Amino acid sequence: MQLDPVVTPHIFQPNGAWRPASEIAQAVAAKKISALAVTEAALARIAEHDPVLNAFTDVTADRARATAKALDAAIASGQSVGPLAGVPFAVKNLFDVTGLPTRAGSRINRDRPASTRDATLVERMEAAGAILVGALNMGEYAYDFTGENFHDGPSRNPHDVTRMTGGSSGGSGGAVGGSLVPLALGSDTNGSIRVPSSFCGIFGLKPTYGRLSRARSFPFVASFDHLGPFARSVEDLALSYDAMQGPDAEDAACSTRAIEPVTALLGQDIGSLRIAAAGGYFRKNLFPEAQEAVARVTKALGVTRDFELPEVARARSAAYVISTVEGASLHLDRLRTRPNDFDPAVRDRLLAGAMVPAPLVDRAQKFRRWYRAKVLELFKEVDVIIAPATPCIAPKLGQATFVLDGVELPVRANIGIHTQPISFIGLPVVAVPVPLDPMPIGVQIIAAPWREDIALRVAYALERAGVVAAPSAKGF
Amino acid sequence: MAEPLDDYIDAVAGALGLPIEDAWKPSVRANLAVTLKMAKMVDEFPLPDETEPASIYAA
Repeated sequence: MQLDPVVTPHIFQPNGAWRPASEIAQAVAAKKISALAVTEAALARIAEHDPVLNAFTDVTADRARATAKALDAAIASGQSVGPLAGVPFAVKNLFDVTGLPTRAGSRINRDRPASTRDATLVERMEAAGAILVGALNMGEYAYDFTGENFHDGPSRNPHDVTRMTGGSSGGSGGAVGGSLVPLALGSDTNGSIRVPSSFCGIFGLKPTYGRLSRARSFPFVASFDHLGPFARSVEDLALSYDAMQGPDAEDAACSTRAIEPVTALLGQDIGSLRIAAAGGYFRKNLFPEAQEAVARVTKALGVTRDFELPEVARARSAAYVISTVEGASLHLDRLRTRPNDFDPAVRDRLLAGAMVPAPLVDRAQKFRRWYRAKVLELFKEVDVIIAPATPCIAPKLGQATFVLDGVELPVRANIGIHTQPISFIGLPVVAVPVPLDPMPIGVQIIAAPWREDIALRVAYALERAGVVAAPSAKGF
Repeated sequence: MAEPLDDYIDAVAGALGLPIEDAWKPSVRANLAVTLKMAKMVDEFPLPDETEPASIYAA
């Protein structure tokens, strides 16, 4: 559809990317544009580009229009509206959305009854004025780093549609990277927010474990499951994060901490922060692009030293073991009754996970306690750790191996090697995009537990310095 | 010749009531071999007897 030339400049930048959520919300609240016009712009973008990107599995157009009209009516009657007024967003299809079965990337879950209530985070985003426009493609049951879905087809990278989005929140990465929507939500168990952020050239926040409620989302690994936002700027990331914070008795792991808003803190000086680069393990198995991305970030931040985290390879191994076992436990009945309805590759990983002897899992959880204590000790000496988000730019769709330092390695198993040891102990991370040409790649800004504010401030400083940015995808 | 893990896979599958078709077995075996290698790496790390697991629960 043809957008109104008067409203378009309030919604999109000249390069076609979305304007910042805060600007859209201000324009909506000031009645310069209607929430309905913004919603129609998002729906038009989705209709035009999703046939190629395959980011969406459901477009909730009727609901979105109804929500937008209600918001416009509230504004017309003089009511105050939230900081995301009229801003479209979409969610990975493991979030409950009223009226949809929560498929979690699977064929099996399509037989579940339709959800009768939205996930907590969807409710909180809409309470802040955001408008849900749909549910997004993902790797089956989130056991994935590629964004390739066996049942729904692969989500495609907007910077090169022959490449992966990364997973498992692949549709979230593609939808924001391709400017179909300015904001999306996803989940991260071992890297599933940070990997698509890296491959699709956008910002992603994996908060501290327990910070954001997971109520009414489909789980994967209870020990490591996190939910969080994707955006095209740090401020948008912070705005959505702030809108979603707060205790929730319906998620047993959700912290009772009070809301700690970060948006107003973004511009604080970072000169006093002690920042180090992760050395050793995190300097290995990197393609030149990943090395370049880390180098640009550390140079901009004046980082002069590497910092060694202890036993990182073992931490990654323990995360791997706990993931496969908790995943297998979750799906045990489905493995018994509907094994042929899984993606065969996911099924076989889960079947193997069901066979790991229990003492090895207990030892992995004990190692996790040890590793956590050691890393927390290190945070007495540093405030921020810089590490690569992925070893490479987005691989080609279907690519099974890559050659690194002369050694052929499996792609799927190695995409998350730098993210897994961090989510293993629930540290907050902002994935920031370094706009290399032709493909962007991300870097992790890691902080101590509950210090999302610090990671976001560093990300904001890098963004203002022009070192990191979400590049506009040509043709989208 | 039977693969070393095959008897174990059959036994656990039987105990848990998991159907594993012959065609899936090489893939299950390969995944299990990787997982056990990872688990061994953790197993080899000495921890004090008093170490608590990190599973989350609060009464």
